Amino acid sequence: MSFNHAIIEKNAIILAVCTLITVAIGGLVQIVPLFTIEQTIERVDGVRPYSPLELAGRNIYVREGCYVCHSQQIRPFRDEIERYGHYSLAAESMYDHPFQWGSKRNGPDLARVGGKYSDAWHKAHMIDPRAVVPESIMPAYAFMADRPLDYSDIDAHLRTLKLIGVPYTDEMIANARADVEAQKNPDADTSGLLKRYPRAVVSSFDGEPGKVTELDAVIAYLQMLGTLVDFRNVKPEQLRQ
Amino acid sequence: MPTKIEKDAISGQDTTGHEWDGIKELNTPLPKWWLYTYYATIVWSLAYYVFYPAWPTLSGHTGGLLGWTMRGEIAEQMSAAQASQAPMVSKIAAASLEDIRKSADLRGYAMAGGRSAFGVQCAPCHGAGGAGAKGFPNLVDDNWIWGGTLDEIYTTIQYGVRNANDKSRLSQMPRFGADGVLDSKQINDVAEFVLSLSKRSTDPAAVTRGAVVFAENCVACHQEGGTGNQELGAPNLAANIWIYGGDKATIVETIRNSRQGSMPAWAERLDDATVKMLAVYVHGLGGGK
Repeated sequence: MSFNHAIIEKNAIILAVCTLITVAIGGLVQIVPLFTIEQTIERVDGVRPYSPLELAGRNIYVREGCYVCHSQQIRPFRDEIERYGHYSLAAESMYDHPFQWGSKRNGPDLARVGGKYSDAWHKAHMIDPRAVVPESIMPAYAFMADRPLDYSDIDAHLRTLKLIGVPYTDEMIANARADVEAQKNPDADTSGLLKRYPRAVVSSFDGEPGKVTELDAVIAYLQMLGTLVDFRNVKPEQLRQ
Repeated sequence: MPTKIEKDAISGQDTTGHEWDGIKELNTPLPKWWLYTYYATIVWSLAYYVFYPAWPTLSGHTGGLLGWTMRGEIAEQMSAAQASQAPMVSKIAAASLEDIRKSADLRGYAMAGGRSAFGVQCAPCHGAGGAGAKGFPNLVDDNWIWGGTLDEIYTTIQYGVRNANDKSRLSQMPRFGADGVLDSKQINDVAEFVLSLSKRSTDPAAVTRGAVVFAENCVACHQEGGTGNQELGAPNLAANIWIYGGDKATIVETIRNSRQGSMPAWAERLDDATVKMLAVYVHGLGGGK
């Protein structure tokens, strides 16, 4: 070999310049595609930011570490599609900060669990998973049924998410606390809530009207997972890629 | 540092020419088989770039000559699976429930397909074997709320119970206590009467009083003797088979606040052949009429 690397090793300037070039190439390969993300990301009709109650439930989902045992990504394999439903689209988690895709399935995938079970089932299951699924190894979360949901700062959560790009409007932020209560109350006037958050599920969730518990929030979150996109009208082949 | 490449006497290989405190390093070339395998993987990756999606571009990515996509592949797999099931599934879709039950072929297929769908859609509430759980009826016994014939089971699965579907099975037991129809004493008495229907009452006087309350408030749906009415979805109270529990405290709670268990309308989510297979499967669990 005529190339003598001793030249690089003995000249600090040449070494620094060559290092810079090498690192720059590696960096550009990773960074440049991000500049075009607005053009390359696919969008799908129906995905909306979480309603305040769903968001509170999602925060509890993260707090309790549900993602450690439950994934939220249906992969494009036949066995997963037949069990869980249409494979997940990236756009369905576009307002997740952080996303809850997970990497482990001690329990089933939850990406499309919304609407699959009744609220009563979720309540019984959270209080004692073995009561409805004898072979379950999930811990009980009975305490959530007694803990009042602290949503005094829910508008601040919305404002924070807005800072990082979730399109919450001022109207959504102003109504955040009222929307928490409205979604829990089937008798309330929910027209404003449903206009702000289309397809939101209004229910008494844990079956006990009045005070909003942590269990209400978690059930509200679970019941909307994967329900926003109507796959009868979506042909993923036609999505912009 | 002067470098001096020299031949190592023992191994016959060149040294790298470096020397540290008298220690020199052999410059043994890579094994040929390893080197050529490495070159082959580079060639392979170049071919991969040409045939498969690889490089990002400003508005997407290179598609590759084969036009392969993950989504295309899964769509093909799904339609291939559907095509292979189509001959039997279309027969099941066209046949009546009774014909499916009579034909060994169709019945075997429906039992297998029903079992698979049951495991995914029904087992969370009704249990993996159909034995139910508190609040969710047992499907393996011969005690039915909305009827245990093939057609009745089929209808229940299609439209569900107490949901938003227009044809949903619907029954609404009043909240006798919560809405003030009966007072606590009357509820206690009628609960004793209900216990007496399965010969478990311990208070004969209360049973006598409760019989009157029952006749005035409950008979219309639960029938004389508490045998229930499947047309109305009123459970049999005399069989000592309970959805929510048959101890006195639970019965009092049921009378006081009523129960409003619900089931989805599966015709909205599953195709008709799957619903039929589920009906045949549930009917075949042991309790079918």
